[in-house]
Amino acid sequence: MSFFSFLKQNWPELFTLLRQHLWLVLISTFVAVAIGIPTGILLTRRKSLRGPVLGVANIMQTIPSLALFGFLIPLPFIGGIGTRTAIVALVVYALLPIIRNTVTGIVGVDPNVREAAVAMGMTGRQILWQVELPLAMPVIITGVRVAMVIAIGVATIAAAVGAGGLGVYIFRGLRQYDNNLLLAGAVPAALMALIADFGLGLLERYFSVAHKRRAGTTSGRKKFMVAATTAILAAMITGIYVGSRETRSHSVQPQSARLVVGSKDFTESAILAEIVAQLLEARGVTVERNYELGGNLPHDAMLAGRLDLYPEYTGTSYTAILHHQPITDPRAVYEQVKAEYAQKFGVAVSEPLGFENTFAILIRGAEARKLKLKTISDAIPYASNWRAGFGQDFMSRADGYPGFSKAYGLKFAEQPREMDLSLTYIALASGKVDLIAGNSTEGRIAGLDLFQLEDDRHYFPPYEAVYLVRQDTLARVAQLPEVLARLAHAISTEEMRQLNYEVDANKRNQAEVVREWLNRKGF
Amino acid sequence: MNEATAKPLVEFHDVGFSHLSAAAPIISHLSFSVAPGEILVLLGESGCGKTTTLKLINCLLMPDAGEVNIEGKSTTAWDPIRLRRRTGYVIQEGGLFPHFTVAKNVALVPALEGWEPARIRNRVDELLSIVGLEPRDFADRYPAELSGGQRQRIGVARALAADPPLLLLDEPFGALDPLTRASLQREFAELSKRLKKTAVFVTHDVREALLLGSRVGLMHAGKLLLLETPENFLKSKNEKAMAYLETLRVSAGSVQEEAP
Repeated sequence: MSFFSFLKQNWPELFTLLRQHLWLVLISTFVAVAIGIPTGILLTRRKSLRGPVLGVANIMQTIPSLALFGFLIPLPFIGGIGTRTAIVALVVYALLPIIRNTVTGIVGVDPNVREAAVAMGMTGRQILWQVELPLAMPVIITGVRVAMVIAIGVATIAAAVGAGGLGVYIFRGLRQYDNNLLLAGAVPAALMALIADFGLGLLERYFSVAHKRRAGTTSGRKKFMVAATTAILAAMITGIYVGSRETRSHSVQPQSARLVVGSKDFTESAILAEIVAQLLEARGVTVERNYELGGNLPHDAMLAGRLDLYPEYTGTSYTAILHHQPITDPRAVYEQVKAEYAQKFGVAVSEPLGFENTFAILIRGAEARKLKLKTISDAIPYASNWRAGFGQDFMSRADGYPGFSKAYGLKFAEQPREMDLSLTYIALASGKVDLIAGNSTEGRIAGLDLFQLEDDRHYFPPYEAVYLVRQDTLARVAQLPEVLARLAHAISTEEMRQLNYEVDANKRNQAEVVREWLNRKGF
Repeated sequence: MNEATAKPLVEFHDVGFSHLSAAAPIISHLSFSVAPGEILVLLGESGCGKTTTLKLINCLLMPDAGEVNIEGKSTTAWDPIRLRRRTGYVIQEGGLFPHFTVAKNVALVPALEGWEPARIRNRVDELLSIVGLEPRDFADRYPAELSGGQRQRIGVARALAADPPLLLLDEPFGALDPLTRASLQREFAELSKRLKKTAVFVTHDVREALLLGSRVGLMHAGKLLLLETPENFLKSKNEKAMAYLETLRVSAGSVQEEAP
């Protein structure tokens, strides 16, 4: 599919994401200006505060954005998942340039001019408003300009906490190795940054003293100024109105049967979440979707009460959340997880959905056939010539790389490359690496001619798919137990692979794929 | 001159001022007074305390010792804002607001004082004419579009705007080329005579001091060495004063020698 036909087909969704993105950027820049400029002014009046405040703002800006989102999730009021958290994070990043430039701009006012202002009998307030701020304005606007461009960039990551925006396309594009999606996310974001940079650049030039020339253009300049201000205000108001309408439309729903469904940031998790969401909606429950949350954010969000339900794998809960050593008996893992979640978190575990998504150790099909490899043990002698590439998840968790390499005594040619999980399939297929740890239900395994080596030493613990639900939600939403009961043992590994393939390889809309599947199953 | 009878506008009584970072006081035991209509020129090299003296008058600085009285009232008792609006202030390079037009710069104090717009406009036109600039040509320009001499004229016009009884001038003509400086000095001398303003004028140029001052105060190391009329200053046997006068003769002499 060409990029333009993709745009044509997905225009409404792209427009929504664009609007969400713009709203995130505008509101956060607005808040950062409202906080940053007064703070900057205060710092010019209280020199002793300057070092500490700028230091803190500096440190805040160096926090990696995903980590910052992680910190924010459990916090009351400003935290959680969704737009609010993203705005808080964006404001944190936007503050430093605004504060710093406000200070620099005001401190940089010609001391002769300031002295004249004092000597003419201007009060402190008059000097600030009539002399310091106007003269510092170009520098302050530069700060806003930098802040806004940063916000446009960081807002793409906001998709990881369910705040939407163009990052949704970028993350999805990375996962599905779909250049159209990547471009549809990245190009508008880049354009937005360029336009913001250019627009604020004009504003900056308008305020700069070097451009204060009579040359009979006063009225022309005034007109331009009025037009520019109007345009900016109109854009902001529209953005804020549209954005707030969107937020409101969520919040005015009836409270009785309302529920937030989350998912992790990969296709299968989103599909499983969508299945439950559609079944609930068919039964009159209002569902808010918070898909594609990174790392363990769904778990944190659920404990914080921001999420009612999300799909999980027993093995992940067992090792990554409960920190047990991996074991191989599926039943034992399931029972243990169920008992501990109920007792520790007040979270119920549904019946298994019927398939496992375990780590699949993959090599190229051609290589497997040439070397006649079937099991991981078969591959041990060749591994010392191979490069491995693993997702961040696999590298860090207890049942991941450290235990795996020890269990099989595997040594690779070099330290395994850590990369985005979805990219490892492509890296393997294109020969950049020789062995990866993928997901057994990955739709692209057949498509890319990859071969799954059998886990002959039964190292990987069972990863049965289940739904995790807050117990209070289960009690509150009457339709939920019935829906979960229907889905017990209802999805085979084959079916799951097919669903994944439809979305990942055939680039189809997941809601549509799920709807078809539900119809076929007669749910 | 009726110095003896008129109530002095500015009085310094044994004033001292020190800066935290400096060991020696910047000025010490300074006493003098300025009568209405008088132009007192403070002459001295940089760092002698003449600018500090000026700033003590309009509350930009407060004395550590002694008392500065303006119109008979101590500067500590004045509301600084009120005092400053009754005191015109001219500094080197004018200190004009670069983002204000000439008209807005000149109108600064009247606008702060809440004058009617029409009255402000008339006053601005009047002042621009007084300092020799055609209002129609200059009112809407920005300082960056003016020459140094023109900026300095605007600086004087701004200081005169609200018709303050007292003018303070801190080396106003210091940064100008010699020809412009000479013509501005001449015009200022005429202007001050015509407007009967009281002024304290700081300079390091002895020629300027003798030309403009009704009295010249010679400052050195924070002290007033001499306070004389220009006539008496020329006859002074004070070592410093003679050194200053010497520079006049030397430069005049060298110019004569160079002449063909």
